[in-house]
Amino acid sequence: MDAVAALPALELPARRAAVRPVTTEPVWVRRALIALALAFFGLFLLLPLAAVFVEALRKGWAVYLAALVEPDALAALKLTLLAAAIAVPLNLVFGVAAAWAIAKFSFRGKALLLTLIDLPFSVSPVVAGLGLVLLFGSSGWFGAWLAAHEVKILFAVPGIVLATVFVTFPFVARELVPLMQAQGREEEEAAVVLGASGWRTFWHVTLPNVKWGLLYGVILTNARAMGEFGAVSVVSGHIRGQTTTLPLHVEILYNEYQFSAAFAVASLLALLALVTLVVKHAIERRGDFAALRRGSRT
Amino acid sequence: MAAHTGVLPGFRLTLGYTLLYLSLIVLLPVAAVFGKTLELGWGEFVDVVSNPRVLAAYRLSFGAALAAAAIDAVFGLLLAWVLVRYSFPGKRLVDALIDLPFALPTAVAGIALTALYAPNGWLGGWLAALGVKVAFTPLGILVALVFIGIPFVVRTVQPVLEEFEPEFEEAAASLGASRWQVFRHVILPHVLPATVTGFALAFARAVGEYGSVIFIAGNIPFVSEIVPLLIIGQLEQYDEAGATAIATVMLVISFTLLLVINALQAWAARRGGKEQ
Repeated sequence: MDAVAALPALELPARRAAVRPVTTEPVWVRRALIALALAFFGLFLLLPLAAVFVEALRKGWAVYLAALVEPDALAALKLTLLAAAIAVPLNLVFGVAAAWAIAKFSFRGKALLLTLIDLPFSVSPVVAGLGLVLLFGSSGWFGAWLAAHEVKILFAVPGIVLATVFVTFPFVARELVPLMQAQGREEEEAAVVLGASGWRTFWHVTLPNVKWGLLYGVILTNARAMGEFGAVSVVSGHIRGQTTTLPLHVEILYNEYQFSAAFAVASLLALLALVTLVVKHAIERRGDFAALRRGSRT
Repeated sequence: MAAHTGVLPGFRLTLGYTLLYLSLIVLLPVAAVFGKTLELGWGEFVDVVSNPRVLAAYRLSFGAALAAAAIDAVFGLLLAWVLVRYSFPGKRLVDALIDLPFALPTAVAGIALTALYAPNGWLGGWLAALGVKVAFTPLGILVALVFIGIPFVVRTVQPVLEEFEPEFEEAAASLGASRWQVFRHVILPHVLPATVTGFALAFARAVGEYGSVIFIAGNIPFVSEIVPLLIIGQLEQYDEAGATAIATVMLVISFTLLLVINALQAWAARRGGKEQ
């Protein structure tokens, strides 16, 4: 210590810079790796995003705006918002119920239940749509009954909502279960022992602790709900202005070679994706959320 | 159900609702696919799934998904490494935009990639001059699947790298290991389970992917026709039985992958958390 203290103060930074710590790489390796990573990032992520906006504005603002206010586009926007407005609350309630049961109690078959909740992540959206066709189509399990009662699910709004609910099913539950497990149940038990009702305990003890995780799950659910393509495509029937969501509207325009209009509508969805990422990033940077998440992993 | 009966209320209500909702929304449509297949009978089922065009689609879907997941594993590990270990301008932007494929609707990604790689596109023109065709070939499918899968690897590896204690590296270095040896024998074994998990997640997603692929694929039978597109094609010809048989094979593979991923995650958790 004395020897170090005796060194002239100016020499210290110089010595540090010269000796590379053993836990990092030579400068040229670092630079090469960063360059390679950024090249991949630019090619596969930045460039496609830029392409959406450049192609959308290729024919100018007038064409761009006309594509957005056209009646079919507005109808598609309305349907997309409707599907998300139904799917998000449904899966939110489910996610909270599932997380409460799984995180606060122990029971047999929990691992299996968690696996089944993950199922929509690994089932192809097209196969999910096919399942709905087999249930509600004219020759499906409920087909005859639905026809007799004049209820339309397939090629109508209910089918689109069901497909959206299916593909966004796990997001909230997946986010909340580990958070509520990490948190334990002591706080809730204390509240109940002190006389709070179950509902009040949830509202005043559990919810404040997991609110950021909840919002995080909702953001992801919403993004997927508004952007879903495969599953919705199977059940929609592509009736223009009636059963087309925004992503399906993009497909129709694109297949009709109306590229600028297709990219204009796509840019709306890309903006939604960017807003999603900003909100998601903001939540991740919150200290309490980050700490709880880290705790939930170990 | 051997419920842990503590003082907390709501177990029956929440578990009951969870099981009911799960059954109605997820299990029922999946059961319908299996049920329809059982109606088919074994002979008819084999006839459909051993059709050369169907086999070609399976080969393409699984081959492209495997290759894309492998590319994602390598570059995902690289991106996670660079994001955790180094600092460079724009790092926060890169970190935030890694999740773009999660947030961007797949149809949007599909038309954007097609615009880039089509023969008259930004990159397609250059590549055409070199004699490489990407759009409307299996290579285009690969590009779309690499895009879709990259966040899975980065987001599984990143937290493991962040929590890795430098003591191990210092110990190895003090015992005379070169930087490459430290990476190869100390760091890599530690992040391998997470990388493999990310690979499996990217693969599972890529096998069933539809929206981002169909625009860039060209959808030529035997060449660039993926399985989900074939299912939709059968449905459009009102051949529900054929569509279902093809889908059942996909479902069985999805189930298997789900179990494999679960096992991998347990492995990664043991390696990452407790072993230290």
